[in-house]
Amino acid sequence: MMEVNTQSPTSSQADDHGHSKHLAHHFDDVHQQFDTGKFGMWMFLLTEVMFFAGLFVLYAVYRSNHPEAWQFAAQFLDTKWGAINTVVLLVSSFTVAWAVRNAQLGETRKMLINLVITLLCAGGFMVIKYIEYSHKVHVGLVFPQLEHSLFNPNITAEASAKLAAYEQGEVFHQIEALSAAERNWVGKFFSIYFCLTGLHGFHVLAGMVVLSWLILRGMRGDFGPDNFNAIDFGALYWHIVDLVWIFLFPLLYLIN
Amino acid sequence: MYDKSQGVNYLNCERGFWSWFGTLDHKRLGLMYMWSVMGAMLVGGLFAMAMRLELFAPGEQYVNAEQFNQLFTLHGAIMVFLVIIPGVPAGLGNFALPLMLGAKDVAFPKLNRFSYHLWVIGALFFVGVLVTTGLDTGWTFYAPYSTLHSQTAVVWATFGAFVLGFSSIFTGINFIATIHKMRPPGMTWFKVPLFCWGLYATAIMQILATPVLGITLLLVGVERMLGVGIFNPDLGGDPVLFQHLFWFYSHPAVYIMVLPPLGIISELIATYSRKHIYGYRFIAMSSVAIALVSFIVWGHHMFTSGQSPLTSIVFSAITFFVAIPSAIKVFNWVATLYKGSIVLKAPMIYALSVIWLFGIGGMTGLWLTTLEQDIHLHDTYFVVAHFHFVMVGTAIFAMLGGMHHWWPKMFGRMYPEKLAQISSTLTFVGFNLTFLPQFVAGTQGMPRRYFDYAPRFEIYNQISSVGAAFIGISMFMTLWYLLWAIKKGKPAPANPWGAVTLDWQMPPIPDPHNFKDAPVVGDPYDMDLFVWSEDEGGYVPRNPVPGNPYQALPRSAIEEGTSSA
Repeated sequence: MMEVNTQSPTSSQADDHGHSKHLAHHFDDVHQQFDTGKFGMWMFLLTEVMFFAGLFVLYAVYRSNHPEAWQFAAQFLDTKWGAINTVVLLVSSFTVAWAVRNAQLGETRKMLINLVITLLCAGGFMVIKYIEYSHKVHVGLVFPQLEHSLFNPNITAEASAKLAAYEQGEVFHQIEALSAAERNWVGKFFSIYFCLTGLHGFHVLAGMVVLSWLILRGMRGDFGPDNFNAIDFGALYWHIVDLVWIFLFPLLYLIN
Repeated sequence: MYDKSQGVNYLNCERGFWSWFGTLDHKRLGLMYMWSVMGAMLVGGLFAMAMRLELFAPGEQYVNAEQFNQLFTLHGAIMVFLVIIPGVPAGLGNFALPLMLGAKDVAFPKLNRFSYHLWVIGALFFVGVLVTTGLDTGWTFYAPYSTLHSQTAVVWATFGAFVLGFSSIFTGINFIATIHKMRPPGMTWFKVPLFCWGLYATAIMQILATPVLGITLLLVGVERMLGVGIFNPDLGGDPVLFQHLFWFYSHPAVYIMVLPPLGIISELIATYSRKHIYGYRFIAMSSVAIALVSFIVWGHHMFTSGQSPLTSIVFSAITFFVAIPSAIKVFNWVATLYKGSIVLKAPMIYALSVIWLFGIGGMTGLWLTTLEQDIHLHDTYFVVAHFHFVMVGTAIFAMLGGMHHWWPKMFGRMYPEKLAQISSTLTFVGFNLTFLPQFVAGTQGMPRRYFDYAPRFEIYNQISSVGAAFIGISMFMTLWYLLWAIKKGKPAPANPWGAVTLDWQMPPIPDPHNFKDAPVVGDPYDMDLFVWSEDEGGYVPRNPVPGNPYQALPRSAIEEGTSSA
């Protein structure tokens, strides 16, 4: 792989022009480089919005077909955890925005602290998501074709008994009381819940990778008033991850 | 391997596998895309030939029904995802876009390299599908067959297409940022060459539509592995929703495939008519208009799916609007030809073919848009012929025309003109032989995607198979002489065609960094700026820019000079 790097135009040409060392060879000046990067980042965020849009369409169709089933299903989500996670992400968006400001002002220490807080918030979000997910799995509110799913039409007696025994069968008996068709519709809610929050969770994980990379580069002293592009673009990505959750929380947890 | 007498250029500046596979140079990436796409095209083409062989006579000849399902699926999936979608935008577009704009590279060279690597990874998934169970869902992956019943490697194929989708998205982001931000001083929006406008319109669709396909194919994979039930009717899911999401991407994808090729045609028609393109702004804006309308017509693929009649009527009505910007392009090309000095070089033969083929492909589209008529023609060979006229007759023909046009710039060698004229004519004749009879068979009710047919359709299928053989022969011939030309072709002059776009205002083989200084920008279709020179064997600037023998001084600069003097 070494040959790859040595022939990169960035390394061979960047210093020849007497420009900033952060300027890639194919740009005229740092402003053009920053504008272009930011424009590209916004285009990427647009694709991210469209990526989620497909699932939001499925959400809208199934909810408008059976609003009562979704109202019923949403009561099994834990609004308290959802609200805490919303606050956690809002705080992280604030700290990452602050980190960008720190970078622009050259306050490396403060910037690193803010980035670490952002990363911790992201981690906290995933921990809470794990708590929520594992509870759903235990009570059987999962994809309909899984063996231990309450919505599995061919659930085995053994799996059924196990679900009935968990927490005195609180959830089990409520779902059991539904007709087969109703159970399908409620099952759809959880399928879409897992797809949406799962895809969002995957983006949080990706964001954690980005944040860690920014922290490492920040510790190396890469960022300052003349070079904050990467941290600005990373923060933009983090805001979109936050924004998607701002939509997910009311759409999933606050139906009642 | 390459002519060293020409000094340092992008081909000879570095050697070795990694200098290509790991390159950041858009020109090298463009060439690698082109070779990769041609490799995939060979595989997809052989599947097509196998189908035409089977269909030469009714009844089972060489393959059975299951094998035939695999043939048309793999032919379609490879040709769409691996050949046509990346072929012109990522292949020729990568090579030509920064050169035509006068930029040193695309906006994000590393992202560009990543796009190519994603293409390779996506292709490897398809290789995995090929060597294991194959694929029998049709390239459309319709649920619930793909999610519940197919015994083939659907998850691999959908994941491969997902990865290829991201390759396409990143190319789109790169190109749109390049066109917005990397234009040199003086290159205003309406001095951007029309091929770049086509790439721009395509980038809009790549960015907005492809992610929807991504999530849809991901859901098919999740459905197969975990059983979410979203498209499963037994569990209250709706398979028609899959079709909606799929066509929300795949209709714009048709224009992703044809808008850059149509942009190439605008370049070719103007250059080989030696005349300023007629209606520049209308052609540029028609590309953007098609891109925008493309997002609201997807339901015309689903007239028989059971969607509500009102929905069908609305989609039918909106779809007619696509005809307007499409026709604007064709009329402007014809107006450009009028009183032009037409030079029938091979690229021009391809370009003129496209006017004919795109005309037929477009107008039969109107038949299919007409709601009642589509109920009769749906899933017949009429549809097959229609979209081959657009996707092959337009996109692949323009790609071939573009390859011939840029071959001298890519390799500094001329292709053999006589052979190219013969093979392009042969391809045109073969194509019409292959697909015109399919319109007739389709109107008489021959359904698509079957390995067998009623004996009364035999004559149409035989003509079709003979035509396919013509295409096959001329394609191999083309491949052979193009490869031959790289090594043995006549050394090319800097501007063999007299084109005025900036990619022709540079040495025969471009410098690794394209332009040392920002080029002087003029009207890209002002053909008077270049005159034929017998000594050079090509065109030279009438008034060269001082210190740069390749660049022509644009008319505005000359007028300024005379008025001040």
